[in-house]
Amino acid sequence: MPVRVQTGDFDVAREIAALRAGDRRVGAVAAFIGLVRDINDAAAVTTLTLEHYPGMTEKALARIVDEAKSRWSVYDALVVHRVGELKPTDQIVLVVVTGAHRGEAFAACEFIMDYLKTRAPFWKKEQTPAGERWVEARTSDDDAAARW
Amino acid sequence: MITLVYLARLRETLGTSGEKVEPPHEVGTVAALLAWLRTRGGAWAAELAPGRAVRVAVNYDVARPDTPVKAGDEVALFPPVTGG
Repeated sequence: MPVRVQTGDFDVAREIAALRAGDRRVGAVAAFIGLVRDINDAAAVTTLTLEHYPGMTEKALARIVDEAKSRWSVYDALVVHRVGELKPTDQIVLVVVTGAHRGEAFAACEFIMDYLKTRAPFWKKEQTPAGERWVEARTSDDDAAARW
Repeated sequence: MITLVYLARLRETLGTSGEKVEPPHEVGTVAALLAWLRTRGGAWAAELAPGRAVRVAVNYDVARPDTPVKAGDEVALFPPVTGG
């Protein structure tokens, strides 16, 4: 499966090794890892709860990966996204792309993240000392996705 | 019968994660469905008011105001996404 949604953590080295296992064409692997920060919009974040829409999430992610593969000459791609309760420094999301050369792998990896941020049905809620709040969508994320 | 699913902030403000509804026959699009739900007033009118950032998916695909809805569909309402 090129996309997975899970509550548990992921092992980056293991995921990369599995994605490129035995593929002698691969000359470049680009990876992005998103993490939970301890501060967002000037407030301390104690817990980040991630919710998604089962059924649509996997479909939306698979579509984004397919589009990346059709736009760039890359061999394979993987998206792992966590849901549930996470703490600062925890890993949230992993995107890995394999290709022959770095340029295409970097571009496809960034495209997948930009599209994921604006098209995949995930929502973040932050617990802060002042109470909990839903994270608001950023227009800068829309701008980033519109570049492609 | 249409299955409605409310996600994230909308689930909390509307006070339910979903319901099954039987709108009038003339309700055949996403826009018409939202307009019909707004007639309930209260949180429905406020949250689904024109200009509010409400996203809609029909049968797990992103929908637009003119996307058709029909009996048997699953229609999800949610705020702009914030994953990654």
